[in-house]
Amino acid sequence: MEEPDVSQPGVTKKFMYVNRRAPYGTVYALESLEVVLIGAAFDQDVSLAFLDDGVFQIVKGQDTAGIGMKNFSPTYRALGDYEVTKLYVEKESLETRGLSEDDLLEITYEDEDDDWAEKPSIHVVKRDEMTQLMAQQDVILSF
Amino acid sequence: MLHTINKSPFETSTFASCLGHAAAGDAVLLIEDGVYAAIADTEPGKQIKAKNGTVSFYVLGPDVAARGLTNGSLAEGIQVVDYAGFVDLVAEHEVAQAWL
Amino acid sequence: MEQLVKFSVVVNEGPYTHQASDSAYQFTKAALEKGHEIYRVFFYHDGVNNGTRLTVPPQDERNIQVNWTELAEQHELDLVVCVAAAQRRGVLDKSEADRLGKDADNIAPGFRISGLGQLIDAGIASDRLVTFGD
Repeated sequence: MEEPDVSQPGVTKKFMYVNRRAPYGTVYALESLEVVLIGAAFDQDVSLAFLDDGVFQIVKGQDTAGIGMKNFSPTYRALGDYEVTKLYVEKESLETRGLSEDDLLEITYEDEDDDWAEKPSIHVVKRDEMTQLMAQQDVILSF
Repeated sequence: MLHTINKSPFETSTFASCLGHAAAGDAVLLIEDGVYAAIADTEPGKQIKAKNGTVSFYVLGPDVAARGLTNGSLAEGIQVVDYAGFVDLVAEHEVAQAWL
Repeated sequence: MEQLVKFSVVVNEGPYTHQASDSAYQFTKAALEKGHEIYRVFFYHDGVNNGTRLTVPPQDERNIQVNWTELAEQHELDLVVCVAAAQRRGVLDKSEADRLGKDADNIAPGFRISGLGQLIDAGIASDRLVTFGD
């Protein structure tokens, strides 16, 4: 991937990437993840929201061998290495789709402020909490 | 926050999802096929009427006209804006969130 | 007196199939007419296809690429096509084509190819980011 042009030193904004679409059927999930990875170099306050069909992006057990496409779900597990540690998943969206937190990838990060303790990046939140989180953002990127 | 919706509520759940995440004081602007949600006496039209006041509803006039709808056929309380009004709405709200 | 705002616009769909690029163009034009600044227009996903100069729509139809190019010329707009998305979809400038060993380029005047960092930078540097897609 190309070298990001890291400009605007000193400015920290709250960026939220809102994921509302399933993977593979369209390219949006994959190319959104590419934005997240590049964006990580900018030292902003980043979070990811998964709601509606976006929750399908992070279900475990994805196997794309039969469709000739790259399985990019392991990349979500690497987000902690990019200091992207806040993944909010909407409870209602999971339930509507017959899913629970147990169906999701195990995504963790090592907390440098807590002796590198391994902590979960995924937080299942109710819709009204998701609404509040959205309201706190400076920039919302939806794809 | 300004929410924009560009999908027909009769085709996708985008409208419903957006309304489920619109907080009091937010604005919702319907553009492109999103304007179909504004038709009065439909289920989405009734939801707009019911939620109007808590949330402000707007519809992009050029998209309404293009689709053969008239301003008179729209849900009560929804305000019609042109592209300049769209620009004003984005400027007036700190964040714009596109529901695609 | 109205507050002037620095906008950036994101276009996530190509021309003609979706209305996104048309809507983004009308929005951008209206913002400029009101005296606002457009910091950048960023083309991502299939939106990169707005930046090929090889489209030939029928004479009586709008030419979306030409519309953007002319608006860029009039207002010195920064129209940025994402390089990663563009390479997937065959949108190249001269230097990219040479570097990648391709026999032609197709980037339209007024557009430039650059990295995704330009999108994040737009989010940081602009007062408002407006996304058009499908």
